[in-house]
Amino acid sequence: MSSGETIWTDDPPFPANAKRAVNNAQLRRNIRKATTTIRERRANLVGEMPDWQELRTSGAAIKDEVLRNLDRYLEQFEAAATGRGAQVHWARDADEANSIVASLVAATGETEVIKVKSMATQEIGLVRALAERGIAAYETDLAELIIQLGHDRPSHIVVPAIHKNRAEIREIFLKEMNDAPADLSDDPQALAEAARQHLRRKFFEAKVAISGANFAIAETGSLLVAESEGNGRMCLTLPDTLISVVGIEKLLPTFRDLEVFLQLLPRSSTGERMNPYNSVWTGVTPGDGPQNVHVILLDNGRTNVLRDEVGRQALRCIRCAACLNVCPVYERTGGHAYGATYPGPIGAVLTPQLVGVEHASELPFASSLCGYCYEVCPVKIDIPTVLVKLRHDAVRTGRHPVEGALFGAAGAAMKGRRRWTRALRLAPLMRFARRGGPPPLSRWTSVRNLPEPPDQSFRDWWVRQHESAREVIRERKRQ
Amino acid sequence: MSARDEILARVREAIAPASPSDRQVPRDYRTRTEDGIDRFIERLHHYQARTQRIAAGRLEKGVRATLADRGVHRVLAPDGIPDGWLKNLERLTDTPPLDPPALDGVDGVITTCALAIAQTGTIILDGSAGMGRRALSLVPDYHLCVVRADQIVGSVPEAIAKLDATRPLTFISGPSATVDIEMVRVGGVHGPRRLEVIIAE
Ligand code: SF4
Repeated sequence: MSSGETIWTDDPPFPANAKRAVNNAQLRRNIRKATTTIRERRANLVGEMPDWQELRTSGAAIKDEVLRNLDRYLEQFEAAATGRGAQVHWARDADEANSIVASLVAATGETEVIKVKSMATQEIGLVRALAERGIAAYETDLAELIIQLGHDRPSHIVVPAIHKNRAEIREIFLKEMNDAPADLSDDPQALAEAARQHLRRKFFEAKVAISGANFAIAETGSLLVAESEGNGRMCLTLPDTLISVVGIEKLLPTFRDLEVFLQLLPRSSTGERMNPYNSVWTGVTPGDGPQNVHVILLDNGRTNVLRDEVGRQALRCIRCAACLNVCPVYERTGGHAYGATYPGPIGAVLTPQLVGVEHASELPFASSLCGYCYEVCPVKIDIPTVLVKLRHDAVRTGRHPVEGALFGAAGAAMKGRRRWTRALRLAPLMRFARRGGPPPLSRWTSVRNLPEPPDQSFRDWWVRQHESAREVIRERKRQ
Repeated sequence: MSARDEILARVREAIAPASPSDRQVPRDYRTRTEDGIDRFIERLHHYQARTQRIAAGRLEKGVRATLADRGVHRVLAPDGIPDGWLKNLERLTDTPPLDPPALDGVDGVITTCALAIAQTGTIILDGSAGMGRRALSLVPDYHLCVVRADQIVGSVPEAIAKLDATRPLTFISGPSATVDIEMVRVGGVHGPRRLEVIIAE
């Protein structure tokens, strides 16, 4: 199994998926309800921070510093973590990471493990890979539990079961959870209680846990997991063995840098001033928590992304999902349509870079380039610019979608080269001129019949796009 | 080539063309705020945690009365919690370490904390005396945390500056909760479902 096959599913391509999803009224209602709630909460909490833009600037700069010197920070992390009793492993791709985890679990003699929600382990298909080797991995995050019991796939980075409403979740529990109370109601409180009862014994008996990490501190060798329920703390604290799969881009240079990210992340992701729990651990602490601690540093395509000077900013991503929650395309299609671990705007720029744009050539077109994602991104990833760059790459590979229409009506906006160029020229302007919410459907510049690629080199062409956009903006200001 | 060497080589190759060294990270955000006890309490209430302000001289009595009021008679108390706080209550210690079902069987746990953040309503435990290992404040269903007023800092940067990264750290902002169902925050999943904070001034 190559990393490409793991990240990129065998689903039909985005346009077909999207069309089906858009026609599913229940799905759209569930997603709209949830994203509306979270958008409002985020906006309020970001609004009360007078230094939000300064925090974003610092967040982006810290991540860029990491990426520019990633080799040095990786070595520093390894030395610090090892010095505190952790064992550090390296995995070139999904296969290698899964094999390392499987052999570490096998060495304990256990056949069951408990899991903290983690995008990295989703990305490498760890649960399935372990199952193939006779190891049962139990998801303990409520949403992941819903997904696992429902034989479903996550559709959101932070709230993987966002596409399910309470009534649907109740049905899954009644059908698939052997110890669910027969009179279970669809009150979220009751559903949470059922999950608590269901998992409690597992937490107490498990000998091995698997996690990811939100941040890894090069200076100290520490890892941080942010969560809400306490399932993370159970996994990180009670078992004897802890295995953490960490993407190489998760590093921060110093512990101090957390002062930026612990402000950016909770406000952006769940719309809270602080999520209920953050756990920080450094190797092994005698007498407290797992005494057998492993960290697997995962590449799996990240060094490909790093190669691209425009695209590498996607590696700043802290997986807050703010860009999903504001995306007009995501709101209408949901996450499954993207057919990949990372849905929404960040998925549209990250997946093609991780697996090669030829394997995900539709994704860079799964956007209206409205620019809202860039505005909310806590680490200032200029997603529209990367998307446009990837569109060019997709066209160059000759695998660009002939039928790229997301919505028949809106697709016409992009017909023909002249219109495409004009739409692109307008994109920065739209971002500039934005007030409040996403534009109405009619203003979307979704893609249909991809235009001819520009003749000149992409760089020249793009620079000129920016110049002309700036001109338009200047003109507007004069008027 | 080992996976380690190969990944490092790929990284070096990828970043080689442009590695401007030592660009300074701008830090123009606030590194302190004026948030104090009132803000701290407001945030805790927002998270559905209970709070009390008790004068330092009356702390013993206050803690005892609180535990009794909440029906917490078998109390887990890590080393470093004064006996006076638990007079007439059944004190359980973690020496030798209790297994998870035993932790689950206590009525509640009492700890101190390393620091608290007013702006975010966060208490931080670092495993030193009065806090014990991480499982102690996790498995019992009721957690009473005693915070000295002088341990409350305004903002996240002020807290990070005072913490020792190499200790096991737990940041706690309200009782266990989830937003996984329709993005509605509901309390009470796996961590303590009741969190109470006494501020000793
Ligand atoms: S791209 Fe930005 S907004 Fe989107 S998930 Fe990543 S950090 Fe959050």
